[in-house]
Amino acid sequence: MFNVQSPQLNTPIHENKVLNKSELSYLFSGKLLLRKEIPLTEEQFQELISSSCFTPIPSIKKKLFQPQCQRCGNVKHSLFATIPCQSCKTTHLYCRKCIEMGRIIECEPLYFWNGPNVNWPIHESPCSWSGQLTDDQQRAADRISTAIVTNEKEMLVWAVCGAGKTEMLFPGITEALRLGKRICLATPRADVVRELQPRLEQAFSEVSIQALYGGSEEKKATAQFIIATTHQLLRFKQAFDVMIIDEIDAFPYHADPSLPFSANRAIKKDGTNIYLTATPRQKHRIQIARKKLPHIFVPIRFHGRPLPVPIFKMCSSLKKDLKKSLPPKAFFKWYKQRERPERQLLFFVPTITLAEKMKAELTIRLLNEGLIKKESEIVFVHASDQDRTEKVNQFRQKKMSILITTTILERGVTFPSVDVVIVDAGNRIFDEAALVQIAGRAGRSPNDPTGDVLFFHDGKTEAMVQAVKSIIAMNKRGGFR
Amino acid sequence: MHCLWCDQVIIPEMSWSNIFFLDKPKNLCDVCESKLEKLTGKRCKRCSRLSDTAECNDCMWWDKHLKGQDSLNSNYSVFAYNSYMQEIIAKWKYRGDYQLGDSFQQLFRNVFLQHFTSLPKEAVAIPIPLSVERMKDRKFNQARVLADFLPLKSIEIITRTDSEKQSKKTRQERLSTKNPFSITETVNKPVILVDDIYTTGTTLRHAATLLKENGCPLVYAYTLIRG
Ligand SMILES: [Zn+2]
Ligand SMILES: [Zn+2]
Ligand SMILES: [Zn+2]
Ligand SMILES: [Zn+2]
Repeated sequence: MFNVQSPQLNTPIHENKVLNKSELSYLFSGKLLLRKEIPLTEEQFQELISSSCFTPIPSIKKKLFQPQCQRCGNVKHSLFATIPCQSCKTTHLYCRKCIEMGRIIECEPLYFWNGPNVNWPIHESPCSWSGQLTDDQQRAADRISTAIVTNEKEMLVWAVCGAGKTEMLFPGITEALRLGKRICLATPRADVVRELQPRLEQAFSEVSIQALYGGSEEKKATAQFIIATTHQLLRFKQAFDVMIIDEIDAFPYHADPSLPFSANRAIKKDGTNIYLTATPRQKHRIQIARKKLPHIFVPIRFHGRPLPVPIFKMCSSLKKDLKKSLPPKAFFKWYKQRERPERQLLFFVPTITLAEKMKAELTIRLLNEGLIKKESEIVFVHASDQDRTEKVNQFRQKKMSILITTTILERGVTFPSVDVVIVDAGNRIFDEAALVQIAGRAGRSPNDPTGDVLFFHDGKTEAMVQAVKSIIAMNKRGGFR
Repeated sequence: MHCLWCDQVIIPEMSWSNIFFLDKPKNLCDVCESKLEKLTGKRCKRCSRLSDTAECNDCMWWDKHLKGQDSLNSNYSVFAYNSYMQEIIAKWKYRGDYQLGDSFQQLFRNVFLQHFTSLPKEAVAIPIPLSVERMKDRKFNQARVLADFLPLKSIEIITRTDSEKQSKKTRQERLSTKNPFSITETVNKPVILVDDIYTTGTTLRHAATLLKENGCPLVYAYTLIRG
């Protein structure tokens, strides 16, 4: 919550240049900004206020004495505070929740563009991707296109890990662009934004596309097609005709009420929401069961092979081993005689501290037993690791054999040929969705469509049992026995 | 009560000593508080910098430069400027999270009481002011917040006339600029100048010089951080 990095629009680039209304509308329509995020001179700004192009909106509203921040939707008491304002000589509320994006304080309104709308270009045939969708992908793609063309309010795409959901979106995006719609593809993680940007730019080369995330070079958000982290939606209001939310079940989207709040505000009133997930949360499953939420199910991976089913390995001395930061004996036994030793290994642990210590211990053991040759063959990575992207890329290029990680790599990353293990799979941190996602890292490539998935534990949890049940159920729906 | 930094709920600890009077509510949880690095051990008696000698190189430089006529009697600071403190300060000052200042309330006051034991009763605190421009943006002066934590009368009699954009200047450059402050009232009592951070000491000396030129007998500085 406190680490939101934010692009800001505060460089006064337009100080000496008077922009016409059309240029202004590209810059400001669909946004909800503080004065300091509007890079115009006071004179220009006042003119736009008096011509009602900018409408001021109170930044904090009180409903039945409960304040709500109008940018992030925060209503939590401990995340509001007061300032004795030296400008107004009174005390105001301010929002502590979204303060990293510039402080929201009662005496400074947010501004919403009310001037001319942008007419986004109509693209006759914008998609230059020449790949082929599988029958299952095509079925989902058609369903998504229909939702977009007929302005359906929302639908959910439930596609197993490795179903190839990005490509499934291409026909729908194409239809949207043919109709001159503005599109946002939002995802919880900046890594994923960075990965999607080149793929989408290649597939839709004639369309203006911008990527927004904390620390991104692009900050203005003036493109027809925006790829963004869900945090970046905090600056939009009624901006998009199509809002695609990737990994809708993932942290922090499902845990932080600010993100659904701002996503709801960022879409136009008659816009279409497309939700993507491999592991829907209870809330969505109930809505689906009650037929309150239209959905399409894609049970088969794009290469047509079933999902690997995790195998439980009970290790009664796990607690003792973990105290010494050692993997259980059963791990070594498996590692020495696994079927495809040329596969790389993705190694999940519950905490950063354990990841670091286990890296050290595991390195010593495997070097001693001659199972690895150099220390550099094992690497660990965690959420606030500055070299995270670099390490993940090196692993993908097969520059090392084992990557020890926390849940940060549970989703959104694809490696061609890996086995997957979780040590202490019974830990609370691994909920059902996390376990299904982690298992879904194996067998992603058509050249190696399977992989071992092992859960080392000292007592089965409900999450583990449910994860395996749901993987088996998905395989069944995909026609596998 | 929630921790001002990590928003965890703080559960006040019950013990025999506080069963009737609960300790004052804490503003930071134990984990967050432990990351603040209190200055301890040998330090320069004039500027609070960690130093094996009674007077550090910085202060000897000042002596030479000012030919023994230092307007600032001494500076005392509470915390080191570690990376955690840098994060807190960035959020407090630059992001404008006013309430975060309360994290320092108790320690800033207690260390003051321990250190300034022989201070005359009539002494007053003067916070280093912000420029008008800065104040318009930030809506509060962090130095005044700190001054208000002290058991002293606090007065605001100096104003800032420059635009305050000098954080990237070197000490030499800062020194050669003219005094950025002006005074609205004179004071003939000992003064404690209060600021969030002592970096080179130039800003504080500018203020001290101005006060002394206008009849103030003695000027100390008390700062949250020795940068
Ligand atoms: Zn807010
Ligand atoms: Zn105000
Ligand atoms: Zn805390
Ligand atoms: Zn010194």
